Amino acid sequence: MSALISRWRSIPRWAQLVILAAVVIFVPPVINIVERQTGFGLLTQVNRALIYVSLALGLNIVVGFAGLLDLGYAAFFAIGAYTFGILTWPSLRLDFSFFIAIWVCVLVAALFGMLIGAPTLRLRGDYLAIVTLAFGEIIPPLVRNLDNITIRIGDLVLVESFNLTNGPLGMKPLGRPNFGIVESIAGLSPGQLDPGVNPTFWYFIIVILVLVVLSASRRFEDSRIGRAWRAIREDETAARFMGVNTVRVKLLAFAFGASFSGLAGAVFASMLGAIFPELFRFQVSVFLLIIVILSGAGSVWGVLIGGLLISTFDGVLLAQIMPSIFPNSDVQSLRWVFFGIGLIAVMLFRPQGLFGHLGQRQRASQPVKEAAHGDAA
Amino acid sequence: MDPQLEAFLRQVLVGLSIGCYLALIALGYTMVYGIVELINFAHGDLFTFGFFISLTIWGLFDVPTPLEGAWILALPAIAIVVILLSGGLNVVIERVAYRPLRGASKLAPLITAVGMSFMLEAIFAYIWGANQINYPRFIPTTNFLNDFSRIIRFTPRDILLFGVTIPAMIGLTLFIDRTRLGKAMRAAAQDREAAAMMGINVNRIIAITFFIGGGLAGVAGMVYGLYTGSGRFIMGFEFGLFAFTAAVLGGIGNIRGAVLGAFIIGMVQAMSDLYIGGEWSRVIIFSLLILMLVFRPSGILGSTTSVEKV
Amino acid sequence: MATLLEAKGVSKKFGGLTAVDTLDYSVEANAINSIIGPNGAGKTTFFNIVTGYYKPTTGTVQFDGHDIAGLAPHRLTRYGIGRTFQTIRLFGHLSALENVLIGMHHWLRSPWWSDLLKLRSTLREEAEAIRHGEELLAYVGLKGFEDVESRNLPYGLQRRLEIARALATRPKLLLLDEPTAGMNPNETKDMTAFIRRLRDERGLTILLIEHDMHVVMTISDKVTVLDYGRKISEGKPSDVQQDTRVIEAYLGSRALKMIKN
Repeated sequence: MSALISRWRSIPRWAQLVILAAVVIFVPPVINIVERQTGFGLLTQVNRALIYVSLALGLNIVVGFAGLLDLGYAAFFAIGAYTFGILTWPSLRLDFSFFIAIWVCVLVAALFGMLIGAPTLRLRGDYLAIVTLAFGEIIPPLVRNLDNITIRIGDLVLVESFNLTNGPLGMKPLGRPNFGIVESIAGLSPGQLDPGVNPTFWYFIIVILVLVVLSASRRFEDSRIGRAWRAIREDETAARFMGVNTVRVKLLAFAFGASFSGLAGAVFASMLGAIFPELFRFQVSVFLLIIVILSGAGSVWGVLIGGLLISTFDGVLLAQIMPSIFPNSDVQSLRWVFFGIGLIAVMLFRPQGLFGHLGQRQRASQPVKEAAHGDAA
Repeated sequence: MDPQLEAFLRQVLVGLSIGCYLALIALGYTMVYGIVELINFAHGDLFTFGFFISLTIWGLFDVPTPLEGAWILALPAIAIVVILLSGGLNVVIERVAYRPLRGASKLAPLITAVGMSFMLEAIFAYIWGANQINYPRFIPTTNFLNDFSRIIRFTPRDILLFGVTIPAMIGLTLFIDRTRLGKAMRAAAQDREAAAMMGINVNRIIAITFFIGGGLAGVAGMVYGLYTGSGRFIMGFEFGLFAFTAAVLGGIGNIRGAVLGAFIIGMVQAMSDLYIGGEWSRVIIFSLLILMLVFRPSGILGSTTSVEKV
Repeated sequence: MATLLEAKGVSKKFGGLTAVDTLDYSVEANAINSIIGPNGAGKTTFFNIVTGYYKPTTGTVQFDGHDIAGLAPHRLTRYGIGRTFQTIRLFGHLSALENVLIGMHHWLRSPWWSDLLKLRSTLREEAEAIRHGEELLAYVGLKGFEDVESRNLPYGLQRRLEIARALATRPKLLLLDEPTAGMNPNETKDMTAFIRRLRDERGLTILLIEHDMHVVMTISDKVTVLDYGRKISEGKPSDVQQDTRVIEAYLGSRALKMIKN
């Protein structure tokens, strides 16, 4: 593994990019062939996995970089998805274009991130975890109950029986990206580039999403703000004494984590074409936390690789391959046993995560006590 | 009687009974937090464990439903077994998943606790099934208040519930206030290092704390089964969180606070079910949790947590 | 000389305990001052008041023309107060260089959106910051250790890295909380000379908490003795040394310490 990494590092950057681009482009046709051979639904699972990777990268900013345990991260996913739903659901007649709506979702999610963060980021770490959990638990029932809103002030009825979220029935259908301009320029017939539910189209849209989120993460990591996040993760009090406005910096971590999640939520909603409150339960938050911790909190490349592997393990191996091999046993109901054990084992035996070492710069990690002994200025 | 008043009084009793289970769970939560400053996320699942394991033990015998004659003595006997098993399970959990991380950051054991909780729930679902499970109706539901009102109910089940929880709360309070062991527990909660230097075996105290907490949650699960007649593998999650809310409300680490908080949460739930609508109860209780943590993290009766030194 | 720091009537109470008791204290610019006293005399509590960790129960603190009592630590860093800690508090998983860069956080300008877009101004500022950081590391004797994670540095270098990190905040006043604790006589000698250099070469004003009497007596312009939160003596090292109250309070406690050991 490490030999592979060092060989990868030795090739020039342009060659790395070409190889990666080739892999990314050839994934759908290859998977199509495998799908035809095996009958498993793979590309939709890859798309799901990539969405989870984007979400996990957002959570990684909060948990991995800034060291703030967020147990209700799915709330921002839900906020992104439902904002997208409200902007594009035909019954509400707002009819936003996909390309505008997703950025509104980013802003709304970031706003909620700051709204929940501002009063709570002064709390101790474990209390913050519980506050985020409670917030995450409030969102699904809230969404479920916002299908019949009536607001009265005295006799004045401001809103009557207003259906914002369509409650437990879910919102459907939702807006999809429209490439009308591209089609007219390229001389294609209208609708030819409509992604519909075609997983290959969505694959490329989601790859762009991942690239956006990935490069933002990478750029933050080594910047002024990213350093400050890592400093408060290591020792918040010391960071304050060194001039870091920790509340502000943590608020930014929350806002960015939330905005990544909001973006992923919007794309997710558009891909599914329908959203329900149950899609954003606590299990989603915990699954994302598992991806981040198991992969290696704070390591962008680790979370990318780990996110893909863990989501594929869950969506393909546990959900499709194992049941076809052992049709009589209920393997899938054990998924949380696997994940629970995995989480505990990693915390106990490998707190840096399974892939936490990937992409780390060449740092002397060996103690240098002997070498430096007695060295003076 | 005025039907509105009647509904209100019924909900008062409902609130008290919810408060009873929550108190038993919250006591363990608050004791554990007081000593190791860990939000033992898997604590609610011991409640579920008590429910299921007692169900399995009952199933070993040919018990008449409802209970009669000498079988009534099986109640305390099985309760003791349930306490031993769920307390023991909690000790094992502490030993395996939390103790090795005691020197690490505060969030590390919280993360393993989340993993533990999900693992336990999945195991419960695997062994006992993922659907709503019925509990045999061992205790009759004749309403003692029938002549007075048909809405307000007070049944033999209520007697069982209060008969178990109130003595347990009083006993625990006395144990912690009066006994040597209780004194050692309080000392360890105040300053673990100082307690260790004074010759208190802190590991043993922590194990005992987990045992008592687990036992209380387990017996609460059993009583819940007898009282409501059904349960599900996932229920410990919500009960655990409500109990944690109760512990925070009363002041985390504070034994009397946990009981007070539990009855407040029980009442809040019962009243919001009646006046606002059951679908909002969760939203209200979790909002209460957030508001408490933000504005009064030390709770109503004050908490016993430490401050960082520089 | 101008007064850089002036505390008047400062007290700090924790419940029933008075850790610092109506203390008047001032630091002249460009001086090296020491605060000494037995354990629990309130020295670190006073540091924590000056650096903004505690709000004093009563009293005022003036620093460089600002009223600073009760201001947050990160704001005081901006005014020019830097510090180290009694027990080392580096950012363990960050490299030595990154630790120093955190010290520069408050005066680096790059906003998050510029980090995200990698604007040229940000790149230039980062390069400049790294160069400055390497200079600071070289100055304290950590050349060649830039990329070592700070938790892997030997103890003496960790102490020096803490000073480099504090210097990176561009302090006017540097508070050092037991800088020679845990050092052998040679290292202590080096550190003493180094503290003097900080004052002479960088024009810093230095406030020390120190247990090593030899260090205190060699480098201090003014020594203040605290006991039970009160000032019991103050003056030139030679004056303080002969103060009977000090000998009583201090040697008493040291004798006690020797018995303990």
